Amino acid sequence: MSDPSEHGGPAGGASERGMPGAGLVKGLAVTLKTMTSRSTTQQYPDVAPELPPRSRGVIALSEENCTVCMLCARECPDWCIYIDSHKEEVAVPGAARPRQRNVLDKFDIDFSLCMYCGICIEVCPFDALYWSPEFEYAEYDIKDLLHDKDHLGQWMATVPPPPAHDPNGEPAKEETAAARKVAAARPTPPVVRPEPGADPGPAS
Amino acid sequence: MPLWVELVLRVGGVLVAFLTLPLLVGQAEHKVMAHMQGRLGPMYAGGFHGWAQLVADGVKFVQKEDITPREADRAVFRLAPAVALVPYLLVLLVIPLGPNDLVGQPLDIGLFFVLAVVGVGVVAVLMSAWASANKYSLLGGLRGAAQLLGYELPLVLAAASVAMAAGTLSLSGIVEAWQPWWLLWQAPAMIIFFVAGLAEIRRPPFDMPVADSELVFGYMTEYTGLRFAFFLLAEYVGIVVIAALTTVLFLGGWQGPFADDQLGWLWTLLKVFAVAFVIIWLRVSYPRLREDQLQRLCWLVLVPASLAQLVLTAAVRIAL
Repeated sequence: MSDPSEHGGPAGGASERGMPGAGLVKGLAVTLKTMTSRSTTQQYPDVAPELPPRSRGVIALSEENCTVCMLCARECPDWCIYIDSHKEEVAVPGAARPRQRNVLDKFDIDFSLCMYCGICIEVCPFDALYWSPEFEYAEYDIKDLLHDKDHLGQWMATVPPPPAHDPNGEPAKEETAAARKVAAARPTPPVVRPEPGADPGPAS
Repeated sequence: MPLWVELVLRVGGVLVAFLTLPLLVGQAEHKVMAHMQGRLGPMYAGGFHGWAQLVADGVKFVQKEDITPREADRAVFRLAPAVALVPYLLVLLVIPLGPNDLVGQPLDIGLFFVLAVVGVGVVAVLMSAWASANKYSLLGGLRGAAQLLGYELPLVLAAASVAMAAGTLSLSGIVEAWQPWWLLWQAPAMIIFFVAGLAEIRRPPFDMPVADSELVFGYMTEYTGLRFAFFLLAEYVGIVVIAALTTVLFLGGWQGPFADDQLGWLWTLLKVFAVAFVIIWLRVSYPRLREDQLQRLCWLVLVPASLAQLVLTAAVRIAL
């Protein structure tokens, strides 16, 4: 675990292996320490587990955001997203000609194939897909793992709010892009994000 | 009190101890081992922290089919679990719980009787090993025989040291003669007796005869159902017996901080459970000794050390 010379015991002139029996005592100490500290077992069915943020449980669909661009279905590595749609004409009064828009007929994700890579969610340009931490959707029949768009829509209620930005992470793309634009317009760029601890901000 | 009432009381008490103490030790092993490994152990059986786990295990064992292999030596095969179990029951009979004859059967040669009867265990191991007609059983049994015969020697020599110090073979007499400074004087004998006792009951780290990762389950491989449960029960009674003998011989038995006459049984039980905890603790902490390491420890360390302890005991005894 660590440098053996640290645990040489009280005998200063002992060899590198330390006092005879020091290893035996160390083994006993490890088990005793583990016994007196809290055990790591989670009582799962009785107590809900504490999932880490951004847990990948199930994919939720916000149907009204979907434009049937098919990017998710095309990027899916194992082709488990099935999309059907048709075009509808929308006649706007006063417009020169009727507009066309896509209407989603079918949006199925087969969770018996899905490998939870999250590429569909990453690739969606309209924020129609989200990770939900719900994971208790086991079925007795494998074909029930095909969730249709109503089922996927129901998971939207379980989607947590996006976690706060990591203060040590690099700033968001939007922020850096805006800062670059401002810097191009003005000679002295303002600080986008205050250095932690340097500027207390307007709260003080 | 007529004789038969006293007899029933004493035998009944020993029987109750025989049936409850191993269960307590077994449950403690479940829980202590689990927590030492960062787990919780049984949590469901009985409702509260799995207190009835061993009862449930017992019910399960009773329901299982009792299989005797076709090639097995039927009579010997079926007798072996009883031979493994009964010696420990007889040992419990003479271990004193408290002062004033609070013991199943006071015996003047109690120590001699105990050592002789515990030695019968090797017969059960050999019986089950030979009769199973299974190579793993045979390997485990022969390892067990070599181990038990070897460790019998330091066990007896360490016990002889304390008997010499007390000047009696009676277990009650040894406890009465015991004084706290014996903890220092007899410390090597205590360690030798405890280690040899662990080997006698084939507990890890001395579980080479069972060695489930290489010998399936050693001499118990072919056993199922109740007979297997008897072997397991014998192991846990063995823990109680070794813990009780260590307590009585080396830790002063019923001698406690106060009220020895009234609370002697409590001090004895506390010490027994403390030693049993150490036995479980060693099992969790240490890996199994290899067969050659096992024999080396016995013949090159424990036997010479116990002989040296005998010399020391004799010298102090003559000087005093």
